[in-house]
Amino acid sequence: MDPGPGGAAAGGAGLLLPLSDTEQQRYSELFSLCCSPAPEGGSAPAPAAGGSKVGDLFRASQLPADTLHQITELCGAKRVGYFGPAQFYVALKLIAAAQSGLPVRIESIKSELPLPRFMALKNDIEMRYGNVAEIHGVKFQLPHPTLEKNSFKRSDEGDKKQETKSPPMSPMCSPPASPSNYQRIPLSYGYGKSRSGLEQPHGVSYEARHSTHQQDGPATGNYGSKSALVHSSLSRSLSVEREPQDSSNYPDDPWRITEEQREYYINQFKSLQPDLNSFISGSVAKNFFTKSKLPIPELSHIWELSDVDCDGALTLPEFCAAFHLIVARKNGYPLPDTLPETLLPDYLQQASFKPKRDCTLLDSYSESLPVSQQTRDFNRTETSVEEMPDKSALTQDANSDDNQALNISTTAKTIPKDFKPSQHLSVKTVVQESNTLKARPRSRSYSSTSIEDAMKKGEEPPMPPPRPQKSHSRASSLDLNKIFQQNTQAVKSGWLPPPPALPPRPFVSQQGPHHVTNTEPVAQAKSSYVEFRLKEQTEQVSEMELHPQMNRAPSQTEESSPTRKEILLTQPPSKPIRRKFRSENQMLENQELTPTSSVTSSLPAVKPHLPAQNRQSSKQKRAIQTAIRKNKEANAVLARLNSELQQQLKEVHKERIALETQLEQLRPVTVL
Amino acid sequence: MAVCIAVIAKENYPLYIRSIPTENELKFHYTVHTSLDVVDEKISAMGKALVDQRELYLGLLYPTEDYKVYGYVTNSKVKFVMVVDSSNTALRDNEIRSMFRKLHNSYTDVMCNPFYNPGDCIHSRAFDNMVTSMMMQVC
Repeated sequence: MDPGPGGAAAGGAGLLLPLSDTEQQRYSELFSLCCSPAPEGGSAPAPAAGGSKVGDLFRASQLPADTLHQITELCGAKRVGYFGPAQFYVALKLIAAAQSGLPVRIESIKSELPLPRFMALKNDIEMRYGNVAEIHGVKFQLPHPTLEKNSFKRSDEGDKKQETKSPPMSPMCSPPASPSNYQRIPLSYGYGKSRSGLEQPHGVSYEARHSTHQQDGPATGNYGSKSALVHSSLSRSLSVEREPQDSSNYPDDPWRITEEQREYYINQFKSLQPDLNSFISGSVAKNFFTKSKLPIPELSHIWELSDVDCDGALTLPEFCAAFHLIVARKNGYPLPDTLPETLLPDYLQQASFKPKRDCTLLDSYSESLPVSQQTRDFNRTETSVEEMPDKSALTQDANSDDNQALNISTTAKTIPKDFKPSQHLSVKTVVQESNTLKARPRSRSYSSTSIEDAMKKGEEPPMPPPRPQKSHSRASSLDLNKIFQQNTQAVKSGWLPPPPALPPRPFVSQQGPHHVTNTEPVAQAKSSYVEFRLKEQTEQVSEMELHPQMNRAPSQTEESSPTRKEILLTQPPSKPIRRKFRSENQMLENQELTPTSSVTSSLPAVKPHLPAQNRQSSKQKRAIQTAIRKNKEANAVLARLNSELQQQLKEVHKERIALETQLEQLRPVTVL
Repeated sequence: MAVCIAVIAKENYPLYIRSIPTENELKFHYTVHTSLDVVDEKISAMGKALVDQRELYLGLLYPTEDYKVYGYVTNSKVKFVMVVDSSNTALRDNEIRSMFRKLHNSYTDVMCNPFYNPGDCIHSRAFDNMVTSMMMQVC
């Protein structure tokens, strides 16, 4: 087919399409643009424009997709299966018609129409066919070498708070290695916009100055609406393109955190909390995020979104999500009602392993750039941000403040940037592990408040039960003391101390009323005891000695045990009583012993006591009765004490049950 | 159905109050206000007894011909009052309890937000959503 000027014979449509000279020139340029780099133009195999490139070009016209479909149909490319020059020209004409507002019809293109406008194809000069080959994913040949350098620098400003903002450009940028110039042009256009503050105070003037970029109104308008969003973040789009394998898959997602952003967030996290596995507490985070000068309700909402486990603290992915939301909000994005999927902590955890693939790219990134350039660039961006016209309602000065504040950290960060990729992996793995280990129970806050309250309420601890030791010690000490006293008093003989034999009590401390009456029998008992001992000694009947001792001992122990029990419970108030009891018991014991001794022993020494005892029996009866009375009183006291203690026990039980139920209910409650 | 849900602070001023039918909101506000007296009465009656989960739920505060009012108090003396339509007899005590528990959980989440100062009105969207779901669900 002859790509002749007037030829434009649309395939089988037999359409004669008059093209003006400018149109012809333009169309031929575009056609060769879309063709392979070695255009054969007009040779026997009809050169066809590459379908993908044509598609990109058409999309650059910013017409809706169905219009483009219509156009392709009409121009006959579908029919013939390729975009021959005729089809191409017809299509271009149709695009022009559509852009002028005319219906997409063959008839409409018969008239003279303005040139079709493509978003990036502003200028024919920009058609750099020669530079096509140089375009790869990494480098961009731009008309201004300074611009190019700046672009490199700019893209390295990954440390700043920037969002992944590339929606207007990513569709065009998606095939990164495409040699088509119009692909670069939106980038450079974007540069122009973003660098508007960088190079010149006004973005518009920059564009005007940039003669190679002759943007027309609608395109400017298109970008203008987004410039506010992009004012310091266009390099993000560059980084998007430069790391195509990282983010070209997600071109339109502002909620996706890029690697540089993630690095930055992680460093900010470190500045707040050096341990990456640990949390940032609520108050610390609050102070930090308040610095962003967002209104408090918005910050509150951001917190709600990012703190997914609602524990009042932020882990690393939660922190990154919150930071990202703040950045997005500052750049004008409305806050979502629910957390985007890409900001979920789980997702961020998985994503944290991604940099393994991209670290090589980052390496090449960082190495290619001198640090000084970066610092210079930062300073420039700082001032540029301040000068930037405030197109959005956001507080730009706040942003610049942040940038200044962040400058130091970012400049410091750029220096070890080369080491960063290696650190990346360790950091990410650590973060991953930390988050997998993170298992904070939801009821943490519950437990801290309610249990304390419950504890305070159930405060008065019950009185500890009286210790039993005294009786033991007393008994033992009594026994031993008495034994030793006895030994000291009496003749120290081969008296066997171990058996807690009946020690003659310190009868000195006997109760008063009985004192007189008892002294004699006591003394007599004592004396009898002594005599008994003496007798034993004299007779050296150690067995007899033992026997009565043993007899005494069990009886003593038997009696001492109930007394011990009494003593157990009535410890402090009953000491004197106990003494009395003991003394009573002692007396009883003594009296029992003496009868036993009298029974068991056949010692003649015992016998003389019997008549003495008969005299004392009446007195002893009285003593016994008083002892009984006292015992009964003691019983009553003890019974009362017992009941009180039982009640206390019940209350303690109740408290315990209540606490247990409370604890159970405060455990992670499954919300119905 | 829960026609009105209110969160009252310790000092008896409302932190959050929301009703379904937008008409008669004032009437519900008044109802909640009067029910606070009953709540206080119940709280003081508990006195020295341990405050546990069972007693956090105060139960039916008072019924009228149109609706019933249920109460719930937290350990920090924040009160939740729910006004339920009497026509909905299918609502059982357990369901009311579960609703209060959900409210309590959401309230705790609001508290966990460091940007929320205790005593402020509750503007949390998550809380709003939960309350809406409760109002709708019980409907």
